[in-house]
Amino acid sequence: MSDLLAISGLVKHFDDRRGLLGRITGNPGALVQAVNGVDLGIGEGKTLGLIGESGCGKSTLGRAILRLHEPTAGQVLFDGTDVTALDASDLKAMRRRMQIIFQDPYASLNPRRTVGEIVAKPMRIHALATGSDLEDRVVDMLNRVGLNSGHLNRYPHQFSGGQRQRIGIARALIMKPKFVVCDEPVSALDVSIQAQIVELLDEMKQELGLTYLFISHDISVIGYVSDRIAVMYLGKIVEEGETREVLENPMHPYTRALLSSVPHLEKTAGKRDRTRLKGDLPSPINPPPGCKFNTRCPLATELCRQSEPELRHMQGTQSAACHLSLANAEG
Amino acid sequence: MTTVTHWTGDAGTAKSETLFQRNMKLFASNRLSIFFLFITLGFVFMAVAAPLIAPHDPSDADLFRRLLPPAWMEGGDWSFPLGCDALGRDILSRIIYGSRVSIFIGATVILVATTIGVLAGLAAGYLRGWVDIVISRLVDILLGFPYLIFAIALIAMTGPGLQNIVLALAYKEWVIPCRVVRGETLATSGVEYVEAARAMGASRSDIMLREILPNILSPVLVVSTVRMAHVIILEASLSFLGLGVQPPMASWGSMVADGRSFMLQEWWLSTFPGLAILLLVLSINVVSQGLRDAFDPRFHD
Amino acid sequence: MNDAVLRIRDLKTCFDTRDGMVTAVDGVSLSLGRGECLGVVGESGSGKSVTFASVMGLVKKPGFIAKGSINFEGRELVGLDPKNYRKLRGKEIAMTMQDAQTALNPAYTVSNQIIEVLLAHDETLSGSRKAQRRQARQQALEMLQLVGIPSAETRLDDYPHQFSGGMRQRVMIAIALACKPKLLIADEPTTALDVTIQAQVLELIADIRDKLGMSVILITHDLGVVAEYCDNVVVMYAGQVVENGPTGAVIATPQHPYTQGLLRSIPRLSDLSRRIEPIKGTVPELIDLPDQCRFMDRCTRAQASCRDLIAMQDCGAGRQVRCIAPGLAGGSDV
Repeated sequence: MSDLLAISGLVKHFDDRRGLLGRITGNPGALVQAVNGVDLGIGEGKTLGLIGESGCGKSTLGRAILRLHEPTAGQVLFDGTDVTALDASDLKAMRRRMQIIFQDPYASLNPRRTVGEIVAKPMRIHALATGSDLEDRVVDMLNRVGLNSGHLNRYPHQFSGGQRQRIGIARALIMKPKFVVCDEPVSALDVSIQAQIVELLDEMKQELGLTYLFISHDISVIGYVSDRIAVMYLGKIVEEGETREVLENPMHPYTRALLSSVPHLEKTAGKRDRTRLKGDLPSPINPPPGCKFNTRCPLATELCRQSEPELRHMQGTQSAACHLSLANAEG
Repeated sequence: MTTVTHWTGDAGTAKSETLFQRNMKLFASNRLSIFFLFITLGFVFMAVAAPLIAPHDPSDADLFRRLLPPAWMEGGDWSFPLGCDALGRDILSRIIYGSRVSIFIGATVILVATTIGVLAGLAAGYLRGWVDIVISRLVDILLGFPYLIFAIALIAMTGPGLQNIVLALAYKEWVIPCRVVRGETLATSGVEYVEAARAMGASRSDIMLREILPNILSPVLVVSTVRMAHVIILEASLSFLGLGVQPPMASWGSMVADGRSFMLQEWWLSTFPGLAILLLVLSINVVSQGLRDAFDPRFHD
Repeated sequence: MNDAVLRIRDLKTCFDTRDGMVTAVDGVSLSLGRGECLGVVGESGSGKSVTFASVMGLVKKPGFIAKGSINFEGRELVGLDPKNYRKLRGKEIAMTMQDAQTALNPAYTVSNQIIEVLLAHDETLSGSRKAQRRQARQQALEMLQLVGIPSAETRLDDYPHQFSGGMRQRVMIAIALACKPKLLIADEPTTALDVTIQAQVLELIADIRDKLGMSVILITHDLGVVAEYCDNVVVMYAGQVVENGPTGAVIATPQHPYTQGLLRSIPRLSDLSRRIEPIKGTVPELIDLPDQCRFMDRCTRAQASCRDLIAMQDCGAGRQVRCIAPGLAGGSDV
């Protein structure tokens, strides 16, 4: 496999422990194991959908790849270069090629800057264009995302959520990066606007030849945009494979539960049948021993409570981290 | 009981104005603040134009006029409306010139302290790590020092004089904006537009000065105005103790002090400069309150 | 429906803002039968939340109800005095808010918050103040068990922040249900929750509705939720109802171009190769809107006569639509 991005053994822990003083003052802090050993690959020009519930570590994973959070351990190979080993100046150069689009269109734009300044900023930082050339590039980018030069001198609060997301996309794409982390880019938007942004991201991908890591909690959106899907639970990937295979024949009980929790338009009121998950996501400060999903899994056995399953190839393009599906596949 | 949420409408504003302009408009609609803003500006004008508007030379002593009462009292003279002090100097002129000391020291101390405090607070809040530890511990230590006593000790060592007074007041004053800025910076540096700037490869100083700073100026503005009133009082206190600007320069604090022994009979010596301090400090505080109401979103409905 | 619990007629709620008069709700009519679950769908600015804030008497200055009637169990609520409103709220009509985090008072334990509601409204409590409190505490425990809080007796005296998001939403539902209201208004009860938790909470509301026989209004932006849990649906756009009717029929053969557009813009797991088609443009500003079709700027079928005042019209099988050319373009492709 010649993936554009290859992640191996990526770990991000937030260590807030305070030693002796903390123990005395009764605030010992905590070690949050947000990302706990993730291996993933994304082929050039492909979209990998990363799905999971809040607190599973999916956003942290996206930020650790870009070193917005310094990874605790592991490797991120981008086009053959280990991003985690870059020094400050090489990392700055690398930032031209890897970008991010954020969830919250209200928090992601500096309220004191005009749209023109916001979109031009990456070009200024990397001294890629100046003067009228810069303005042309900015206007060109705004046009591509469905805005126009009349918007240059306006402030973010004068735009709707969908338009602000377009500004964020223009800012991320103006340097023509190769790889973009889309961190819940449509979750904060209205339904009719979500579709506009999904379509825009797809157009941009075709035009600029982008590769996406698309993070979302919405499995329908993930199913729509992704070539492959990775399902994350409590800091680990529990299932990964081509979109169609994973959605049609989920191997991990968590994936199954996620899929059956999604309300469907086709089923109208009446008796509902679904695998209901009990309880909440356990805390990443104190994850359960064995399989991380065993506390909520309807099929958990003694084995699941004792040993943690590794991500293993199951069938076709699918891998899953489950003792039981493993048994099924082999039996 | 669940907290009841009230709907007050959230119409998107499409007007072409920045948040700052919007807040300033809100401030301008507060009549009380505007009234006191004009009084404050009046004092500033008085300080700047003192030689033009003062009827007499503030140090022009004449023992024939010693303890001359205000004009409306028996024996008063309309060319010395507020009367004269123990050396026969015109009190009104001395008050007008005294405003120069109060406003100059208040403004300079706040300017110096705010500059230091903002930079230190930004560094502590954004860079974290040892920078934060050093700055925060220094702030804690300075906060433990009693303000006035330390200022007195400092002036006792260096001797009085405008420059030394400014230093004696600013040495600790920067701590206040520093703490405000550090807190705001900590909160702002987690916001996504700051992350976006990091993702672009922006340098730390670029992020601190261009992304974070413009967004935390409002609380700094509010705090600076409140503290300016405070510094003016401190300066008056130092002058009252004889550690402020030296004679024959007029300052309100020393005028109050000079009039102390005449309080029972010749009350006007201390009362008028005292009223000047009161009015200026009150005006600045009301303006500051107005700014806070306009800028703090928690007061917006 | 003769046996309507709630009947809203031509409701108009306005906000007098600095930028002009905002008509957040403009001529909304709907009715809700006993035991019915009605879904109210709309995007931000559609007026769905303000409509039910009006029902709850929670519209405060600069907002006001300009005209219309809200009839609850034969009583007119528009113009009801605050005292009687307080008696009604929490006892006969209860509302849960989208954000359980801020809607619960962080300074009081969960049991205290439920007991307060019971002491204020429940007339079956008897005896001394102390005895009433004891009975109320017992009922609070039962409510927490009903909404499925594990080991409820040990959690009675916990504070809201000690609960997870899903559990907090359950606590808020428990408070809302404490006095066994006839009508529960759930404003985006699951928007802040993960899908697995969302399923739990919606099942819970459906179960309790069956058990207590109450009517439920589910305000949501998620058509999937409506499809699975609601008998009837009201689609709102820019302050107006644009379509209503039985859920299955509306979703299978939507009549209004906005409903059709919404359905086409949602990706579906059941058909991954189906392309989504976004609705172009954005929701109009609600300030000084002309009396024409509000959707026409975004509509692919707009014509000159869309500039006239468009009224709701019947289109058979208990359905209504606000469009002069309903049902064209084949509806959705379900």
